Amino acid sequence: MISISITAVGGRDRAGIQARPASPLRDVVSIAGRALRAVPREPEAIIPPVFIALFFFVVNIGTLQHLTQSHIKGFDIKAFMLPTAILLGVTGVSRAGSLVTDIQDGYLDRLLLTPVRRLAILTGHMVADVAIACALMVPIIGLALGLGVRPAAGPVGVVLFLLMGCLWSLAFAGFGYAIALKTGNPAAVNSSFLLFFPFLFMTSSYVPRSQLSGWLSVIATWNPVTYVLEGLRSLVTLGWQWASLGKALLAITAVGVLSMTLCLAALRGRTRRG
Amino acid sequence: MSLLQTGQNPGPPAVSSSAAAASEMTGTGSAAIRAERLVRRFGEVTAVDEVDLDIHRGEIYGFLGPNGAGKSTTVRVLCTLLSPTGGRAVVAGYDVATQPEKVRLRIGVALQEAALDPKQTGIELLKLQGRLYGLSRAEIRDRLADLSQLIDIGDALGRPIGTYSGGMKRRLDLAAALIHNPEVLFLDEPTSGLDPVSRARMWEEVRRLNAELSMTIFLTTQYLEEADELADRVGIINGGRLVAEGSPAQLKRSVGNDLIIAHVDGRAEAARRAVEPLSGVRSVEVRGEEMVITAVDGAATIGAVAVALAGVTPVRHLTLRTPSLDDVFLEYTGNRFSGSQIPEGDGRPGGPDNSKRQRDLVEVGS
Repeated sequence: MISISITAVGGRDRAGIQARPASPLRDVVSIAGRALRAVPREPEAIIPPVFIALFFFVVNIGTLQHLTQSHIKGFDIKAFMLPTAILLGVTGVSRAGSLVTDIQDGYLDRLLLTPVRRLAILTGHMVADVAIACALMVPIIGLALGLGVRPAAGPVGVVLFLLMGCLWSLAFAGFGYAIALKTGNPAAVNSSFLLFFPFLFMTSSYVPRSQLSGWLSVIATWNPVTYVLEGLRSLVTLGWQWASLGKALLAITAVGVLSMTLCLAALRGRTRRG
Repeated sequence: MSLLQTGQNPGPPAVSSSAAAASEMTGTGSAAIRAERLVRRFGEVTAVDEVDLDIHRGEIYGFLGPNGAGKSTTVRVLCTLLSPTGGRAVVAGYDVATQPEKVRLRIGVALQEAALDPKQTGIELLKLQGRLYGLSRAEIRDRLADLSQLIDIGDALGRPIGTYSGGMKRRLDLAAALIHNPEVLFLDEPTSGLDPVSRARMWEEVRRLNAELSMTIFLTTQYLEEADELADRVGIINGGRLVAEGSPAQLKRSVGNDLIIAHVDGRAEAARRAVEPLSGVRSVEVRGEEMVITAVDGAATIGAVAVALAGVTPVRHLTLRTPSLDDVFLEYTGNRFSGSQIPEGDGRPGGPDNSKRQRDLVEVGS
C-alpha cells in the first residue's frame, strides 16, 4: 500500500520562493551535469568505443609494423595509426541515445515545461559529449605514449590533438542528435555510427593518401575525414604543419556546420508547438 | 459565449502584484485560466473544438471525459506544450501562444504518464528541476524540506527512479511539479493506476494544496467520483467539445431530482407508455431492458411506478437513487461514462456516438 503524507506543502514559502528564468549558462550547466551524472551509470555506452579503438590500434600495429619497418625506412606505424584509433574511439560518442529515451519516457516534455532554453537542452548534452570524448582519448593516447610514440608537435601539440578530436566528436555527434530528435527512435540513432564507417575507410586511415589509387584516391580526396586524419597525424609525426592543420579544422567546420544545421532543424521540429 | 460563474468560489486569493498587473494587462481579471473558443487540430482531426474556460484563482476545476475526449490535448495547450490552432488561452495572466515562457514560470504540471528519468535519483531530479526554475541552492533546499512530507519515500529518494513503484513515481512527479511554488497546477489524471487508498490520500493532498495555498488546480480525470469529490466545478468534454459545465451538485440537479431505475423482462416500450403519464414523472428513457425514469420526487413516485410496471411486465429490480455524474454524462453525451470505455463513432478520436443528444455547451446555473 502506498503511503502519502497529508501534511501541507510549502505554505510558508509561498510568497518567498518563486520561479524565475535561469541564466543561459546555468541552463547549459544543469543539463550537462545531468548528462555527465548518467555516464557512470551507463558503462555500456563508454566501454565499447574505447575497447574498439584500443583493439584496432593494437591489432593494426601488430599486423603492419613488421611490413612497414622493413619497407619504409623511418616510418612509425604506431604514430601513424594513433589518429585512426582516436577517430574510431570518439566518432559517434554522444548522449543522443539518452535523448531518445527522454523523448520516449516523456522526460523531454517535463524539460520543455520548464523555462529552460530549448537550445540549452541540446548544447548541455553536447558539452557533456565533449567532456566524454576528451576522457575517452586519454587512455588511447596514454597507450600510444606507452608504446613509444613521441608527438612531434610536443605537449602543446597533444593539447591541440585532444581539442581537434573533441571538435570532431562534437561535429559528428550533431548527426546523432538530428536523427534522435527527428525520429525519436533508438535503433536509428545507434545505426548513425555505421554511416561513419565508409567515410573512415575510404580515406588515408591505413596508408598515406599518396599510396591510394584509382577511385579510392578520388573519394579520399573529397572525404573530409581524410583531412581530419592528416591534420591529427601531422601533429604526431611531422610537427606544426599549418596547412594540414588548417585543412583539418576546415573539414571539421564543414561537417559541423552540416550536422548542426540538421540538428537545429530537428530541434525546432521536435519543440515546435504547432 | 459567457460561462457560468458558480458563486461557490471563495474569491480570488492574494496574488503577487506582478501577476495582478499581468492580469490587468491581459484582461483576465481574477481568472487563473481563461480560454476563448480554443481549438486544436491535428491535420483533419479536431481534438479540441472551440472550448471556452473561465477558471478562477484558487478554484479546483475538474475536467471530465473519456479517453480521447480532448482532455490531455487541452492540458498540453494550456501548459504550452502545444500551440492552439484557433482561439486564445490565458494562464496565470499570460497568453499561452505569445508568452509561453511567462506561463511556464507560473505553472506546475504533472502529466498523465509520470514524466521521469529512470536513471536519475529522485533527489537529483528535484534539484535539477529547481535549478531549471532559477531557484538558488538554499531555495531548493528549503523546497525539498517542504516537499519531503509529500514525497514521503525516505531513503528511496537517493535511489534511481527506475526502481520506484508506480505510486512513488506519482508522488515524485507531483513534487517536481510543485518545486517552484506554481500559481496554477495542472494534474492530468493524477490518480490513474493508484490503488483506492492512495487515491483517497492524493485527493486529500490536492484539497490541502488548494485550501492552504489557494493554488488553482486544473484536474483532468476519467473517474467520476474524483471530479465529484474534488472539484468546485466540473467541465465535461466529449469529442473535443465542452458539453456541460457547473458544480457537481448543479450538474446532477440539471438531469432531474431523482432517478428510478427499473430492469424489466421485455415489453419495455409498453412499460414506458404505462409510466410516462404518471404524476411526478418527468421523463422515461429505455435502453434495452433498463428504464431510467426521472422523477421530481422519487420517493413519492416509486410506488405508482411499481404498480404501473407490474401491470405490464415482470420487474426484476427497481431502484431509487439521486443522480450521479454518470447520469449527467449520459444526459449530455448520450453515453454511460463507465470509466474509459466509451464507444467511438463521431469521427473524432475517441469520441462517442453522441449524435442523438449532443448539444452545445450547457451552462448549468443554480
